[in-house]
Amino acid sequence: MAAMFFMVTMALYFAATVSFLAYLLWPSEALSKASLGMTAFGFAAHTIALVARMVGTADVSPPGFHEALSFFSWMLILVFLAVEFRHRLHVLGSFIVPLALVSLVSAAALPETAPTLSPVFRTLWVHVTLSMLGTVGFAVAFVAGVMYLIQDGLLKSKRFNVLYSKLPALDFLDHLNQQSIVMGFPLLTLGIITGALSAEFSRGSYLSWNPEQTWALVTWVFYFAVLLGRLTVGWRAKRAAYLTIIGFAGVILTLIGVVLKGHGPVS
Amino acid sequence: MDRCLDMHIVVVGLSHKTAPVEIREKLAIPESRMSEALTRLCSYQGVREGILLSTCNRVEVYAVVDEIEGGYGRIQEFLADAHLSLSSEQLTPHLYWHQGDRAISHLFRVASSLDSMIVGESQILGQIKDAFEVALTHKSTGIILNKVVKKAISVAKRVRTETKIAEMAVSVSYAAVELAKKIFSDLSEKTVLLVGAGEMAKLAARHFIASGVRHVRVTTRNPQHGMELADRFGGTAVPFEQFREDMASADIVLVSTGAAHYLVSEDDVQRSVKQRMNRPMFLIDISVPRNIDPAVRHVDNAFLFDIDDLKARVEQNRGGRLLEAEKAEQMVVDEVGIVRQWLQSLEVTPTIMALRTKADEIKRAEVEKTLGRLANLSEPERELVEAMASSIVNKLIHNTMVTLKAEVNSSDGAAFVEAARRFFSLGDAAGSTVNGSAVESNIQSREATTPKAGAKSPDR
Repeated sequence: MAAMFFMVTMALYFAATVSFLAYLLWPSEALSKASLGMTAFGFAAHTIALVARMVGTADVSPPGFHEALSFFSWMLILVFLAVEFRHRLHVLGSFIVPLALVSLVSAAALPETAPTLSPVFRTLWVHVTLSMLGTVGFAVAFVAGVMYLIQDGLLKSKRFNVLYSKLPALDFLDHLNQQSIVMGFPLLTLGIITGALSAEFSRGSYLSWNPEQTWALVTWVFYFAVLLGRLTVGWRAKRAAYLTIIGFAGVILTLIGVVLKGHGPVS
Repeated sequence: MDRCLDMHIVVVGLSHKTAPVEIREKLAIPESRMSEALTRLCSYQGVREGILLSTCNRVEVYAVVDEIEGGYGRIQEFLADAHLSLSSEQLTPHLYWHQGDRAISHLFRVASSLDSMIVGESQILGQIKDAFEVALTHKSTGIILNKVVKKAISVAKRVRTETKIAEMAVSVSYAAVELAKKIFSDLSEKTVLLVGAGEMAKLAARHFIASGVRHVRVTTRNPQHGMELADRFGGTAVPFEQFREDMASADIVLVSTGAAHYLVSEDDVQRSVKQRMNRPMFLIDISVPRNIDPAVRHVDNAFLFDIDDLKARVEQNRGGRLLEAEKAEQMVVDEVGIVRQWLQSLEVTPTIMALRTKADEIKRAEVEKTLGRLANLSEPERELVEAMASSIVNKLIHNTMVTLKAEVNSSDGAAFVEAARRFFSLGDAAGSTVNGSAVESNIQSREATTPKAGAKSPDR
């Protein structure tokens, strides 16, 4: 049942992605409503799939990349729906839903259960969940950054096209960017701490300086600098947009690297 | 010999099209000195009626004079006298002179905002109404200017209602607000800095306030004027010398001065954005020539839009706006024709002839009627009846004709002609009795609907 709902989710997100991208080009309310509807149904299907899987497997297997990415995708859509509900910002879907789709497709490409590395499943669950939530924050910041740069470019070049009219105000995007990092950063911090704890349990050392751990720390330092820079020397607006895009690219590259190297769960 | 009233409508003045702001502001007549100026204007020999229009974009004298060339000279003298540091020679290159139809047409175009810096802005109409009220209070206008100015006001209203020209100005400031909303999601916490007091910028500032902006800072070269404006917008005045340093506190900078050079450089904006810790700035330059260096476009997080950008944005929303100005120009031409006909009717000779003709017609009709009934009168008796009729008619109109001829050159000449035409229902070529009353009722309805407070505050 979980697998079937998973497929349904993918199909709906795919349709929603196509529809949301079309919405960028044409000023049509019907298109945005259809896209939103498909996203909402996809989210419901995804939720059922996740619950069904949790119930079905009775929560013994540790989360692997598949689960992590699937959860990431689910969280992204949840955040999008929340923002959409509050701000009626349809165009955000044109950026977030494709990202969620990519994440979901990647999840589908990976085996469902990762090899068990550690008996300390519970810590690992907490670690993966927190890290993923942190990553969701950075993903939203990334999307806000991309939208910011597009809107900034349109305003600077005075191209008042359909996209211009749909994208929100610059300071809203900058604020969304900031908020996402403010939310994501503590979650990542906790994720890293729990990761270190679980590593201590499983390997006996908090920090082994393996590539994942190193990159996780680099990411943490990077976003810490981004936050600090905003508060002290005015790294906001365009610069913040660039930094969060670079930061998220780093996060994705780390993930890809870790997956390709066949290492264990993100730690 | 043609006995006509020696009355000519003339306008002498300068505007943003002919004179730099340095000259305009020197000539501008403050509200407090308006009455003195009007009195002085009418004290010149040969000036029968006069009205002064003084705004930040134009200083114009409309007058009815005995003789065109002499009138031009006296008005120019009047303008030069108004400011001691300006000689008549310095003034001449900036002045324009129109008479007759062209003077009327000029007033109509000015009132309809066709001659404005921003075509379609509405303030000029209010300024003309104010100027007219002042002139009425000082009784400096007479039958001709009253009629022409009232007509100008009604033409302007017609242009506003029947063409979309007014939308243009409104949409330019609307476009500015709309652009601002793509930079700032919530305008209520934003600060607008108004630099200079161009009409368009003030209109835009008003739009920003209507859209929720609560903090307004104003700076103008003339500190007094800056304070007044700040009061009007419920904001604070900033000394003109300091506004560049103060710019960092403004999210939206509206610049519209008459300066012929850049007031705001790339460095100024770069510094402000830095002080603002990269918070975006929205700069709107409505000045022509521009007052913000276009190089500001290269500054990150600063968004500069000039009047052309705003207009392009408006055009994008709706095309075909030039047609509206053309329509308006045509209306002006038509209305000038109507006034011309009315003015022609004020000339004495045609009036006397019309009176003569009318009297003769009445006489002939009555004589024919009477003689028809008295069929058996002899020829001398018939002549006697006719003579009696002629004599009655002639005696009745004799005084009127004599008075008209006598008053031809008095300051009330036109009024006598108008009165004669009304008493003897001579009509006029334009049928101005109908049009005139329409204008009158228009004026009355305006006075009923315009609150006094709003009509005040002349614009410089």
